[in-house]
Amino acid sequence: MIAEIGHLALILAFLLALVQAAMGLSGGARRDSRLMAGARASALFQLLFVAMAFVALAICYLIPDFSVALVQQHSHSTQPWPYRLAATWGSHEGSLLLWVLILAIYGAAAALFGRRLRPTLVSRMLGVQALIAAAFLGFALFTSNPFLRLHPAPLDGAELNPLLQDPGLVLHPPLLYLGYVGFSAAFSLAAAALIEGRADMAFARWLRPWIIAAWSALTLGIALGSWWAYYELGWGGWWFWDPVENASLMPWLAGTALLHSAIVLEKRGALISWTLLLSILTFSLSLLGTFLVRSGVLTSVHAFAVDPARGTAILGFTVLATGAALALYGWRAPSMQTGAVFSPVSREAGLALNNLFLMAATATVFLGTFYPVFVEVLSQGQDRISVGPPYYAITFVPLVLPLLAIVAYGPMLNWKRDSLKAVTGRLKWPLLIAALALVVAIFTLGPSHVLQILGATLGVWLIAGSAWVLVRRWTAAGRDEIGWRIRKTPPAVWALCLAHAGLGMTALGIASVTALETETVATLTPGQSVDFAGRRMTLTGAEIVEGPNYRAERVILHATGPGVNREIISERRFYPVTGTWTTEAGIDLTPLGAYYVSVGERRGDGVVIRAWNHPMVGWIWWGGLVMAFGGALSLADRRLRLAAPAPRAPAKTAEAAP
Amino acid sequence: MIRRLMFFVPVVALAVLAGLLWLGLGRDPEALPSTLIDRPLPAFELAPVRTGEDHGLATTDLTGRPMLLNVFASWCVGCRLEHPFLMELAGRGVVIQGLDWKDPPGAGAAWLAEHGDPYARVGDDPDGRTGIDLGVSGAPETFIVDARGRVRHRHVGPITPEVWETELRPILQRLEAEG
Repeated sequence: MIAEIGHLALILAFLLALVQAAMGLSGGARRDSRLMAGARASALFQLLFVAMAFVALAICYLIPDFSVALVQQHSHSTQPWPYRLAATWGSHEGSLLLWVLILAIYGAAAALFGRRLRPTLVSRMLGVQALIAAAFLGFALFTSNPFLRLHPAPLDGAELNPLLQDPGLVLHPPLLYLGYVGFSAAFSLAAAALIEGRADMAFARWLRPWIIAAWSALTLGIALGSWWAYYELGWGGWWFWDPVENASLMPWLAGTALLHSAIVLEKRGALISWTLLLSILTFSLSLLGTFLVRSGVLTSVHAFAVDPARGTAILGFTVLATGAALALYGWRAPSMQTGAVFSPVSREAGLALNNLFLMAATATVFLGTFYPVFVEVLSQGQDRISVGPPYYAITFVPLVLPLLAIVAYGPMLNWKRDSLKAVTGRLKWPLLIAALALVVAIFTLGPSHVLQILGATLGVWLIAGSAWVLVRRWTAAGRDEIGWRIRKTPPAVWALCLAHAGLGMTALGIASVTALETETVATLTPGQSVDFAGRRMTLTGAEIVEGPNYRAERVILHATGPGVNREIISERRFYPVTGTWTTEAGIDLTPLGAYYVSVGERRGDGVVIRAWNHPMVGWIWWGGLVMAFGGALSLADRRLRLAAPAPRAPAKTAEAAP
Repeated sequence: MIRRLMFFVPVVALAVLAGLLWLGLGRDPEALPSTLIDRPLPAFELAPVRTGEDHGLATTDLTGRPMLLNVFASWCVGCRLEHPFLMELAGRGVVIQGLDWKDPPGAGAAWLAEHGDPYARVGDDPDGRTGIDLGVSGAPETFIVDARGRVRHRHVGPITPEVWETELRPILQRLEAEG
């Protein structure tokens, strides 16, 4: 019964999306306030129905109702309930439903918060948003219906991939989708502005919260995914340049560029057509990511079941949506240009330079991801190549390093006109600190690690430069005003400093861990110990533990060393339903680094232990956390809230930073 | 006019890209055909991976009976996924030869020490030269080689129990029946 209700709700949502598209677009064109109100109302009802469908599927999983085919395939009665719930979005069909749900959330938010904006613009935005929703709802209904029944109903289900049965993975997809799908709002808004042929500063001001919300969620989602890979895959890697990781990195890079170009549009009325183009491209890259994950065009650890038919549908839609928007862009954008000329040294020029580097970096990732497909197609299947980390080390990294160097300059530059000499003078202290960091880095990382030395120095430079923005602001009017100025610092300034400092933290972490990581392998019997990275690890216990749906070989090690005295527990789990093993690494994470132990095969009385020392690895994710927090904070800024109307605006902050 | 046309560059670029991706869809990355299918293996003689052995893996080791040639690397996530199942297969008596692909010195030996060693013989291919001869596109990859040393099947990606039952085992059984 519940599954049928869900199915019905999904059909209703699909029909509503079609109605909303028609009402939104024609209402905007005719300036008909009744149609426009209708579009807003249907956006809200669409959310209601999609949410009903989603909750229905979640309930089927929680019961669990094995007569529903999807539940049967991804859920087992012994699986703990949080993972049964997470299985709701652990399959292709279920995750598509989550995709649509988040799309509907953003659509409804636009309907709620858009009342003070030009009504025609909001109406058209809702119309475009509904077109996307209709395409994906139709895709779900016709090719990937999550509510199909099985006759007769089986007694028990298969299991969710054990690698995905993990707290990090419960949250990772929703966050990632909040980001990916969130860029649909910027896309719809840009398309609406192109239809109207008008994109002014008010438009940019309203565009920014959507970008920031999506960007913050995506940042958090990527950081969480990387952390999951680190502790769950059991060999201490935190980024693999896997096609699906790249699929989330590309919208992030483009979205970061968009975030900054929208600032230029808002403050200076320049970069109009560029910002519109970026809005389109960012969401297109998100769609492309969806295509990558579901089509099987590339192999990946993340890939859902390979299905070229579904791939064709998503590719078709991606091309249609992007093509229509880009054609609209080609037609309308030339007349929306402004003649604003940049002085070569100014904040807007700095932001444009940031865009240049970010888009070049996006292009290298794009090429690395798709090159194997291109080569194979162009050589008609004769040549196959694989692109791995060495490619990114020589293309992506050299683009990112100069970007990091200019990031600290940006906030110090004045709008309109500035001089390099003056701004360098303003950055005297951060420069001095960075120089000091350079010396320290050469000695600690070793002179042969040139890229890592640069990365670590630039990380420190970013943190110092961001802190300096605040210090200068607070001390600008003498000692008496410091307290008052600290209290009066607008959230947007905090946000900027946190986001930039977070990036610095991540850079510092990456540089340190890639230069200094060490590892060892040892076979230990109980009581034996091994010395590694300044610690002594003693095997104090090895036991078999029964979990709810797995059996684990647990190994307990006692680590002692200067200032360290603790137990590290690592497990190898066997999931009998799927017949697979997973590794639960034992990690002792401190600000100085992680001590990472993964347990291997048994050999005689002994157990094979593999241990890594990862200096400062935690900073990679904490940096991401700080960046996302900065983004969420800027949503609270009054200057942005003025554009989005006052009532219930804070709710948007909560939605962006779950 | 030319300036106006410039604004259409993105659409054109998209059209080209879409065409390439559409062609790319037609291929199934999990079952890439090998240019070697039904041809003898290229000749190679590789250094050992295990410590204390003086012979690694050579073409001549892959004859006599149908067997698997598994390309793995210590840095590869998919290999980590399939490894426990390879151990199980080896336990069931399936002959698996190992090719340690593009691994730094010592990494392959450490990998086998940690996760167990399902291989009859293991050869070291540190620069991926033999991998190129075999047309390896990424690790893990597994070839089925018949008793006369000819490549009969190629599987890209990890071997799961499902892949084994539906794809590899039927072929191996057929080859064993052929003798």
